[in-house]
Amino acid sequence: MLYREAGDFKSTYTADNQTFPIKFDRNAYYLTMAVAFGVVPFIINDYWAQAVVIPFLIYAIAALGLNILTGYCGQVSLGTGGFMAVGAYAAFKIMTAFPGLNIVLVIVMAGLVTAAVGVLFGLPSLRIKGFYLAVATLAAQFFLVWLFTRVPWFFNFSASGQINAPTRTLLGVPVTGATASSATVYLICLFFVVALAWLARNLTRGTLGRSWMAVRDMDIAAEIIGVNPLKAKLTAFAVSSFYIGISGALLFTVYLGAVEAGEVFGIDKSFLVLFMVIIGGLGSILGAFLGAFFLIVGPVLLKLLLVDNLGWPTDLAAHLEIMIIGALILIFLIAEPHGLAALWRTIKEKLRLWPFPY
Amino acid sequence: MPDQFYYALEVALNGLTAGVMYALVALGFVLIFKASGIFNFAQGVMALFAALTLVGLQDGQIPFSHLINAIFGTELHNFGWNMPTLLAIPATMLVMVAFAWAVERLILRHLINQEPIILFMATIGLAYFLEGFGDIMWGAEVKRLDVGLPQGMSGALEEFTFQTFGYGFYLDRLDIWAAGIAAALVVSLTLFSQYTKQGRALRAVADDHQAALSVGISLRAIWVLTWAIAGFVALVAGIMWGSKSGVQFSLSLIALKALPVLMLGGFTSIPGAIVGGLMIGVGEKLFDFFLQPVIGGATENWFAYMLALAFLVFRPQGLFGEKIIERV
Repeated sequence: MLYREAGDFKSTYTADNQTFPIKFDRNAYYLTMAVAFGVVPFIINDYWAQAVVIPFLIYAIAALGLNILTGYCGQVSLGTGGFMAVGAYAAFKIMTAFPGLNIVLVIVMAGLVTAAVGVLFGLPSLRIKGFYLAVATLAAQFFLVWLFTRVPWFFNFSASGQINAPTRTLLGVPVTGATASSATVYLICLFFVVALAWLARNLTRGTLGRSWMAVRDMDIAAEIIGVNPLKAKLTAFAVSSFYIGISGALLFTVYLGAVEAGEVFGIDKSFLVLFMVIIGGLGSILGAFLGAFFLIVGPVLLKLLLVDNLGWPTDLAAHLEIMIIGALILIFLIAEPHGLAALWRTIKEKLRLWPFPY
Repeated sequence: MPDQFYYALEVALNGLTAGVMYALVALGFVLIFKASGIFNFAQGVMALFAALTLVGLQDGQIPFSHLINAIFGTELHNFGWNMPTLLAIPATMLVMVAFAWAVERLILRHLINQEPIILFMATIGLAYFLEGFGDIMWGAEVKRLDVGLPQGMSGALEEFTFQTFGYGFYLDRLDIWAAGIAAALVVSLTLFSQYTKQGRALRAVADDHQAALSVGISLRAIWVLTWAIAGFVALVAGIMWGSKSGVQFSLSLIALKALPVLMLGGFTSIPGAIVGGLMIGVGEKLFDFFLQPVIGGATENWFAYMLALAFLVFRPQGLFGEKIIERV
């Protein structure tokens, strides 16, 4: 039937280790990829791209990054907004300093810069643990945003304090700036999401990922069995910041186009991404996607329902929204601490046995 | 030069009074952390909520009037009476006790035995919920809070300092009052925890949950009590900050300022919260004062965090915190 292992035999270790061991899952994944790359770019319109699809993809990258740090390595960070700002401003500086540089390269380099900054702020993590560290990462958040709003070099001495993404092309097609079409922007984001999700999946099940999880589960025990906690934590900070930096760079270059650090990368961004990780599921790649989807689509739906249909004032809807998000966090932490990903796992378990529950 | 010196001194004094305010919020954190090991991120929003409730009650505002108006198309705003301050404060306290009870009943009870970091994230969720709830209940516009505390600059002090040093110090009378009230609060909290049965039970729970349970202390009752006390502290902090700068959303952000105070002073120590608050209050004002010409203003946003971060690398438990002992 639909969701069975029966008849799906594996004869090599590689086949046994694959990410989607069940044929139905595998096919669903291929189908999703085919639709995402082959169908969506042709049917996407500006409203859907701007309101839902592109922010979803960009925040999914950020959630993946934070999930590596918090879900896999157990280091709670509230500095996500600051690191996204690093990615955005690094992309801006590189773009304007080297106008001929390929935009994909620019974004990857922005990620690398953010990784370096992330390691710097991850250094105290060996001495500081738990919520001491969570609070310490707030230092990164506030300091970085202050830096980007106060030091004129970062925004090229522009009078408004904003940074604006100049038009850059890829293979002759504009991908940033006002002339870029939704489909190209979508494809760029999708390319990064797929590549980074693939990377994350393989990192987290390799040696590095296992050392992260050992540190998360019990750092002292991990140290005794030979995991170097400093290395594990710093690599987690580096990889996580790399992801978050890329997400910030994408947010600035292809999605918003103009950014002011204090407004766009405030502390609420840090919380938003943390909530995505919690609601989606700590320590799960799928969870990062589910969480990002939930928190991007939810507010859009709520706004459609309350403001556009019922005619409520916008501020009331906004208050209701943060109230619902807060309540959801509490409900998830109480009822399903492993998030939406765990719900999906449960459904899969049930599906495998259905219709015979034993 | 002496003028410059006196000016720096005045800045430091103003920092001290700001530090008292930070300490006031930090105090609420410490109380809950000591009694239940929960790092309560919602403390700042609790202060905002308490202040909103106080103003709402004083003005006789109808709760949820915006929501009701939006749903039924009515034009409700006020009951048409004003509640005297002396009545409104106990009424607000009742609301905070009900809030404490609801938190224990609906959240903490279900999160027993979870890791501290999960509880911390739960309080972030609580903070968001409470913020939206408070705004819907009482409206989000900036409100003026007046409970009859004296305001404006202290003329007597200025005259006194002018005659002794030849330079008049500017200090807000509200700040001086706040310092006095904070001191009274700390003394009464210490007396409560030393000399009353509930206070002793509170300290017992803080020391060891299991041992406290086995001598017949009800954990749940203690949790309600601590959250209610934290609500009281939040109310005091909300009144102080609200009278100073109006009741508005930014009030909940002072909680973020209280976090480095705690890191500096240690999460488990009431004196630590006070000393940490004063150090950060003075430190950030002086840092801003001396370095403004060099690196630009608004360093107050991050100075406290960087100070706490640098400090923690050398002493992870904070100034007065208990040493963290790790066992395999």
